[in-house]
Amino acid sequence: MNRYPLWKYVLVAIALVLGLVYTLPNFFGESPAVQVSSAKATLKVDEKTRERVASTLRSASIENSGIFLDSNGVKVRLLNADSQLQAKDLLEKQFNPDPTDPQYVVALNLLSSSPQWLTNLHALPMYLGLDLRGGVHFLLQVDMKGALTKRLDSISGDLRSLLRDKNVRHAGITREGERLTIRFRDGDTRAKARIVLEDNQSDLLLADQGEGDDLKLVATLKPEAIKRIQEFAVKQNMTTLSNRINELGVAEPVIAQQGADRIVVQLPGVQDTAKAKDILGRTATLEIRMVEETAGALEAAQAGQVPFGTELYVERGGLPLLVRKQVVLTGDRLTDAQPGFDNQTHEPAVHLTLDSAGARIFKDVTRDNVGKRMAIVLIEKGKGEVVTAPVIRAEIGGGRVQISGRMSTMEANDTALLLRAGSLAAPMEIIEERAIGPSLGAENIKKGFHSTMWGFAAIAVFMIAYYVLFGLVSVIALAANLLFLVALLSLLQATLTLPGIAAIALALGMAIDANVLINERIREELRNGSTPQLAIHTGYERAFGTILDSNITTLIAGIALLIFGSGPVRGFAVVHCLGILTSLFSAVVVSRALINLIYGNRRKIESLAIGQIWKPGNTANVAAK
Amino acid sequence: MEFFRIRKDIPFMRHALVFNVISLLTFLLAVFFLFSRGLHLSVEFTGGTLIELNYSQAANLEKLREGLGKAGYSDFSVQNFGSSQDVLIRLPLRADQNTTRIGESVLQALNAETPGASLRRVEFVGPQVGKELAENGALALLLVVIGIVVYLAFRFEWRFSVSAIIANLHDVIIILGFFAFFQWEFSLSVLAAVLAVLGYSVNESVVVFDRVRETFRKVRGLTTPQVLDHAITSTISRTIITHGSTQMMVLSMLLFGGETLYYFALALTIGICFGIYSSVLVASPLVMWLGVSREQFVRPKKQIEGANEDGAVV
Repeated sequence: MNRYPLWKYVLVAIALVLGLVYTLPNFFGESPAVQVSSAKATLKVDEKTRERVASTLRSASIENSGIFLDSNGVKVRLLNADSQLQAKDLLEKQFNPDPTDPQYVVALNLLSSSPQWLTNLHALPMYLGLDLRGGVHFLLQVDMKGALTKRLDSISGDLRSLLRDKNVRHAGITREGERLTIRFRDGDTRAKARIVLEDNQSDLLLADQGEGDDLKLVATLKPEAIKRIQEFAVKQNMTTLSNRINELGVAEPVIAQQGADRIVVQLPGVQDTAKAKDILGRTATLEIRMVEETAGALEAAQAGQVPFGTELYVERGGLPLLVRKQVVLTGDRLTDAQPGFDNQTHEPAVHLTLDSAGARIFKDVTRDNVGKRMAIVLIEKGKGEVVTAPVIRAEIGGGRVQISGRMSTMEANDTALLLRAGSLAAPMEIIEERAIGPSLGAENIKKGFHSTMWGFAAIAVFMIAYYVLFGLVSVIALAANLLFLVALLSLLQATLTLPGIAAIALALGMAIDANVLINERIREELRNGSTPQLAIHTGYERAFGTILDSNITTLIAGIALLIFGSGPVRGFAVVHCLGILTSLFSAVVVSRALINLIYGNRRKIESLAIGQIWKPGNTANVAAK
Repeated sequence: MEFFRIRKDIPFMRHALVFNVISLLTFLLAVFFLFSRGLHLSVEFTGGTLIELNYSQAANLEKLREGLGKAGYSDFSVQNFGSSQDVLIRLPLRADQNTTRIGESVLQALNAETPGASLRRVEFVGPQVGKELAENGALALLLVVIGIVVYLAFRFEWRFSVSAIIANLHDVIIILGFFAFFQWEFSLSVLAAVLAVLGYSVNESVVVFDRVRETFRKVRGLTTPQVLDHAITSTISRTIITHGSTQMMVLSMLLFGGETLYYFALALTIGICFGIYSSVLVASPLVMWLGVSREQFVRPKKQIEGANEDGAVV
């Protein structure tokens, strides 16, 4: 009756082993490391960089315990904090010979020191939240109205040239708030304009207004167009932000969208909020200029004599390039840049969209310069960088530009990203800021850990004193619960915060309820005269329904918190919900498996070690043991 | 060890009215304080700036206030936080100022007056965020209430779900009442604690109701109050032990968790204490008064047409 089939024992054993494996990385702690990542989006960190790091360290005979390449860059794990600083200085010197123009970000970091075989199993330690490791947190609100008016302004320019091209005479286009008003003198023209606009501007909703000789056509953006513009604005702002944050030398920045119009930026380890804010708020500009191709000019420039009115740049491929100072177009005229493919050759390409004024200028310039090269320059902090320098093959009108040729899909993606990265699509405002010092973080970990530990100890002592062997089993089940919870959190790579630790503690405090229910039921069955085996069986069976019901109501509260909570509450809710699920398994299945192992195979049991059972009516207390 | 040696069912229901009157009075008192004093909301809800500083010696609060006053701040509060070396400064939102720069400028102003401060924590919350948090909190509460009512109505009976939710909502109000009365800081984590308590103490009612249902089905010839008495008596040992265990954990947080977890643990403590009381001694009488009876739990026997008295058919 109280025997589990073998598969159930195996299941419990496997769960425990998995729990142990995925919890393990959290115990190894972190060792000092240095991270080298690219400071510029035009620079890729790859296998070569890794080798360069390795050889640099080897030449200075700084010992390390591993050099890894991942999506963030090259990470070197070092033996102690001293060699970490040494290595950082050395790498900084080697990778950024010119400190005023850093090519790479060389940052101090911490790497998990768990052994490689664990890392290969994707068993990684939990990620610590800012309140536990120190750092800055910003919540930025993207001004969606700003994004829309910016777009409407550019549309109004488009409308003007469109109507001019089609010979439709209007009496002025104005933007009032979030709508555009086009005035006409007579109804026929308006009708004509309407047809033209409907054919060419699919994003607009048109409505007739006005009477007599003051006729109006009011254009508003369609809801789906608004949605698209807003999504684009948030994406572009995030791209721009991540480019800028690279400069701060943060090892693992978090840039994430929150809700429809907010961006969370978390910079672990950063203390200087002022500098961080400067960098977040800065704008970069994109410029399109012509390449100076006069014979001999480039050679002269390389020799140190840069011709008047030009600047010397290095292209992404490493080739020198002489670019005129005169600006043809600025990034403001660029409304979009997307990676894609050439329609005919199917080569990777970047598609640019210019606004109407930009398109006009671009048409003129390309007509006059067929066969020459133009350079697209990204200027940040007063320093320019050539993103790409394509050859003009033909006159390009209509504002749709395609750059293609000798480009991999990857390069097309990067170029498009860089072209978009120039400026923010919409203004942003910091609406929440949190900075936590590193000492406070360490203290928070200690406090959270201590409260969980002492609470657990108190519960364990009480349970064992009160329920004896069954109490011990309950405590083991509770420990298994903790193991599963931490393993699950590590597996999901959830961010652990102080409220999260509180939720772990609370989950344990609540999870014991299930075992108390079971143990009380078993005692009750014994009191009513059941045999020990039967008491175990019915005790577990009857308690299960109650446990399920009571956990589901708790889960409902947890899910509500998960849906509506933000920030710290969310962290709490995630752990709370997971804790309920793991406690169902550990309190019912794991503890039952243990009890079955202990009692299930005995044919005849005199009594259960569940503490004293008091029976009403008996003058002498009947001890169960 | 056996704490509870109960010979007979304790006649809880005989005193049902007393329990509910006590409960009602506490509730009214809580509501009164909630309205008269209001909650002391944290920066997260009101918006504003919070700066935590650490000095190497005991901080001179007077000088700090002076320094802030000189720098042109008003309405600020400066207080010790945990120890005499730690200082917490609160600044309200000001429309005329670039709020995002407050942290730095305050530190500058203070460094001129009392050098040697190290910044432990800065929190700035804009006005939009606070309002949203309050709204989301209310929505979460509503969702929990609806979810629990629906679930209990589905698993038990509408009478149970209604009484459980009344009893437990009244716990929530009482926790809020405590926070209003003592002017403890009501922060986001306290809100989380309140909602967790709601889910947790419904547990309690569920356990009792589960027993009520079982007793109705199994034991014949008991009146409704007797059934309730029996259910409460037979679960009381579990109730006390479970809550005691949870409270041990919460107490540990209260003692070792530091300032950040202090109010969180406090809200839980109040919630647990009142949770026991209300979900057992308030919810059960409500169920009784709502007219729960045995018939609602015993499935009526299927009548098969043409069957004889024994219900036998071939």
